Amino acid sequence: MSRRDRLGRLDFVLSPYLYIAPFFIVFAITGLYPLLYTAWVSFHKWHLIGGDQGFNGLDNYVTVLQQPNFWIALRNTFSIFLLSSVPQIMLAILIAYVLDTNLRAKTFWRMGVLLPYVVAPVAVSIIFSKLFADQSGMVNAILGHLGLGPIGWHSSAFWSHIAIANMVNFRWTGYNALIILAAMQAIPRELYEAATVDGAGRLRQFWSVTIPQLRSTIMFVVINSTIGGLQIFDEPRMFDTMGNGGADNQWLTLTMYLYQLGWGPQKSFGRASAVAWILFLIILLFASLSFLLTRRIASSGTEPARDTRRRRRGRARAINRTAAGHTTAGHTTEGALS
Amino acid sequence: MFNKQAMAGLSLLAVGALALAGCGSGGSESSGTDADGNITLTIATFNEFGYDDLLDEYMSLNPGIKVVEKKAATSNEARDNMNTRLAAGSGLADVEAIEMDWLPELMQYADQFVDLSSDSVTDRWPEFKSAPATTADGKLIGYGTDAGPEAVCYRADLFEQAGLPTDREEVAELLDGDWDNYFKVGKQFVDATGIPWYDSATGTYQGMLNQIENPFENDDDSVIPLESNKTIRATYDTILNQSEDGLSAGLSQWSEDWVNAFQNDGFATMLCPPWMLGVVEGNAAGVDGWDVAPVFPGGGGNWGGSYLTVPTQGSHQAEAQALAEWLTAPEQQIKAFQTKGNFPSQLEALDDPALLEYTNEFFNDAPIGQIYSDMSKEIEISPYKGTNFFAITTVVTDALTRVDVDKTDDADSSWDKALSEFNQLGLE
Repeated sequence: MSRRDRLGRLDFVLSPYLYIAPFFIVFAITGLYPLLYTAWVSFHKWHLIGGDQGFNGLDNYVTVLQQPNFWIALRNTFSIFLLSSVPQIMLAILIAYVLDTNLRAKTFWRMGVLLPYVVAPVAVSIIFSKLFADQSGMVNAILGHLGLGPIGWHSSAFWSHIAIANMVNFRWTGYNALIILAAMQAIPRELYEAATVDGAGRLRQFWSVTIPQLRSTIMFVVINSTIGGLQIFDEPRMFDTMGNGGADNQWLTLTMYLYQLGWGPQKSFGRASAVAWILFLIILLFASLSFLLTRRIASSGTEPARDTRRRRRGRARAINRTAAGHTTAGHTTEGALS
Repeated sequence: MFNKQAMAGLSLLAVGALALAGCGSGGSESSGTDADGNITLTIATFNEFGYDDLLDEYMSLNPGIKVVEKKAATSNEARDNMNTRLAAGSGLADVEAIEMDWLPELMQYADQFVDLSSDSVTDRWPEFKSAPATTADGKLIGYGTDAGPEAVCYRADLFEQAGLPTDREEVAELLDGDWDNYFKVGKQFVDATGIPWYDSATGTYQGMLNQIENPFENDDDSVIPLESNKTIRATYDTILNQSEDGLSAGLSQWSEDWVNAFQNDGFATMLCPPWMLGVVEGNAAGVDGWDVAPVFPGGGGNWGGSYLTVPTQGSHQAEAQALAEWLTAPEQQIKAFQTKGNFPSQLEALDDPALLEYTNEFFNDAPIGQIYSDMSKEIEISPYKGTNFFAITTVVTDALTRVDVDKTDDADSSWDKALSEFNQLGLE
């Protein structure tokens, strides 16, 4: 082999790895290293300023899991996450659908939905604290005019979660809508034409063409907001002036709890790291859960090419069952929508 | 072919450079000595210390020294920055400003700070200012900047409505005495007008707390269990009794509702250190009748104030100490007071004519320089605030908030929650 050939071969084998290497190097420095270091810290008694005070095994984890505040924080985190993510994604799909129709001044509307995303969370918090003030807030004033009693936005856990979820939705709905809009525009128009020919109305087209075609995008958006939602910090911390999650921990979230352990009076870096790792595991678990869930929801419609193997197996099973004298009625619906 | 590899190599290099830049940027602008032997000192402050002109003056007085001020927008930001860099062991400014409230925690790491005590600064400050910054073995870690001697701000127009005297000297006489007297007058006021007497339970609690010598910890830093802490429980009950009588406006200080209450006659009095005057003036813009009475229930009290420290991380500790000493000298404290209203803590500055003659138009031309100078001399107690002061006081203020603001608990059930929170702290 000539030198040139050998280089050529090397190029063929190595180049792809070199091209993707920058990401992995940056990730190793900024992502993996802190992750592993946090794990190391979580097994030690570690004071924020005082530093390492010796290995203590699973002590930090046990202590944290025994604290009632950890469980309150977990409850709040999930409550705020569900109250924000679910309506947020549904609304984002709707907004994207409207933006996808023949609007005048399209760019204006598309830029418009992204505007809240550009506003800094702190500014959003200031606006919303005026809206959701208990005595002098605008929302309670409007409720008063409607003859409804004032709501204790800061005293009740549930209502504080609603208020915080509103802040989150304000910021992220437009962002998600644009991602979904991009995917919507990639749907082949022939599908809609065919659907129209088949006599499907607007609603039917939305459910049977648009949603199934958006499957992977919705999956991305859901997992993204799962990760973001479980790490929520800015909005609840800015919800009152103390930033401690309320006098009764009404809106204390896991990341706020982590911050309190590490940077609050305890200054226990070890316990804070333990919470960080527990949170990491919870996020892994729920990201996979939402992955599976969205797969199911979005594939209740049909998708031509991808599921052939599973479908084939299903059909084979159905045939077997028919052979055994069972009804196939349940399986005919699968084909009916295509 | 070579091009591709060159590209790959380049991208690797670029990544490496990025990573290096990320690590290195912190230290480059901090203190150092240039080729001519000129020294650059950094000073980190927050909010507003009123040092802009003073630093220029210092530089012209000391050729060869350049001072750069790093201002943090809020004290919380400055505090996080300080904790992180103390932990990291590098990156602090040559002179770091700290709030009085951080001292209990920082005193544990007194060895990270230069001992600032010297003959030229002994007896510069009143006891309540210097004691919290002095370790058991006499090491001084911070020079006092401003102080927060408390007085009572009140609405003269509402007092008139209730048939109470309105002149500040007469009000001072009326409120002179212990807290019971303050609450008794309050009851009279509420009965006459239906308007709450003071702004918040936690603010008033803080005023009472600052008159207790050992609120949560003994002098040897051992914690008094909350369950058997009779002094605090009594204070807690006293405060919540007033809420029941309608004396408290039921607001959480600094909240949106609190800010708005200044505009709609939400309450008649509040405890007022000098730095609070600007806050009142801002929130109550357009409202007439605010005044300051030279009185504080139960004797004097101090709320807030800051210090300048010199961390041992710095490479020019002697120069930094000289700068801090100069900035906290009486003449400079008066200048900072004139620029931004930071009330001086130096004993000598308290008798400065420039201070004593100072009046404030918004507060009905009250001679606030004279008032706070007098109130400063009333302060007799500097409460012992140890390592766990913050953790425990937060537990108690949360308990007060649940009853007074949120109204989700009564005094007893909220106290029980406080006990359980206290146990969760796991204090040894």
